[in-house]
Amino acid sequence: MTLVSGACYGVAGWLLLLGCAGIVRSRHLVHTVVSLSVAQSGTYVLLLAIGYQSGAGAPIVVKGQQLPVVDPTVQALTLTDIVVSATITALLLALTIQIARRHGTVDPDELRALRG
Amino acid sequence: MNTALLLMTLLLVAVAALVVVTTHDPRRQAAPLSVFSLCLTVLFVVFQAPDVALSELAVGAAVVPLLVLLTVRKVGRR
Amino acid sequence: MRTRDGLALVGGTGVAALLVAAFLRMPAVGEHAHVYRDLVLPAALRANTPNLVSSVNFDLRAFDTLGEETIVAAAVVGVLALLQPPDRRATPPQRGYVLPAVRFSGYLLLPVAVVLGLDVVLHGHLTPGGGFQGGVVLATGWHLLYLSGSYSALQRLRPLAWLEHAEAVATGLYVATGLTGLVVTGGFLANFLPLGRFGSLLSAGTVPLLSVLVGLEVAAGVIVLLSRFLAHGLGHAR
Repeated sequence: MTLVSGACYGVAGWLLLLGCAGIVRSRHLVHTVVSLSVAQSGTYVLLLAIGYQSGAGAPIVVKGQQLPVVDPTVQALTLTDIVVSATITALLLALTIQIARRHGTVDPDELRALRG
Repeated sequence: MNTALLLMTLLLVAVAALVVVTTHDPRRQAAPLSVFSLCLTVLFVVFQAPDVALSELAVGAAVVPLLVLLTVRKVGRR
Repeated sequence: MRTRDGLALVGGTGVAALLVAAFLRMPAVGEHAHVYRDLVLPAALRANTPNLVSSVNFDLRAFDTLGEETIVAAAVVGVLALLQPPDRRATPPQRGYVLPAVRFSGYLLLPVAVVLGLDVVLHGHLTPGGGFQGGVVLATGWHLLYLSGSYSALQRLRPLAWLEHAEAVATGLYVATGLTGLVVTGGFLANFLPLGRFGSLLSAGTVPLLSVLVGLEVAAGVIVLLSRFLAHGLGHAR
């Protein structure tokens, strides 16, 4: 495994595990949601690293394209994934507001199982 | 040259993510989150993905930190 | 707290070991063998689309984009259902102080941001951009009205009922375009419009049309989403 491969895959795994560690150690639900967002960024880095070709250009071509381009399929997957995950983050934050209103706390440790 | 740039940007992203996750007060997490999104945008440009970089910049530098700040403001009154 | 951290550490180490084992078997980053790229490039050039990513999003895999914009619409509906408009007993908002430089630059950058968002949406098939990115740029550019100091200006220039209808109409028109493609050529979301001249604005068939529809839907959805959060966060009634 080359240095570049190890670095790209390593950062993708690091982001994923760091986000999960943030979720586990979180004391505030908004911090949990932001850590989830960090974990999702790991998948973006992994997808784009798979499609990367060294020495190739961006996937905007002309009719007689000579220069190789990077893989556009993973880029299409990633960019819609980013917008969708932003709206899901908004949904989770709305849930957090509702939890704060109903239970009076946003500390995950104080939110016991369903009461009464 | 390009390899050095790629490695430097990956390191920047890893450090920015560490800062975001270890900031426990969500009131102070919006600014590191915005910087992390900016570092991710630069990484996506180095990966030759301008569409993805545009998407990440618009979403991560503006929309998500604003939502986080507004949520913290609403929840923090409890 | 201790047991949870210990369990997470054990689990995390296991996942990390599995990831390392998987990454060692994966091809190296930066290689030359990309099968999908070799299939997409001639297909996009046949459809006269310079931006390969937009071609994949709105032509070759347009059905996935339909699913993804449905997720955006569903998430907006979920937020609107979860966060009902705040009750009248909310505390009245205090007037903050905005620096004149921030106010001036907000007013200066608002038309630039809106034009940039429209450009990113309309030229999605020619340059980096498309519906998703341009929609978010439009939505956040519009909120420069609020950032330059006046929430009441934003309220006046943000017709929420129209935007909710626009989001639904844009999603419906995306499906209608797909059904028209089904009727005309026999394939749902097929590229049935004339392909035009390579590189001009009206080219690449249905790609700019679908890009505009998705841009409208995402922009309207994000503005409506932010409006509900702003109302709750700032203590306004709407």
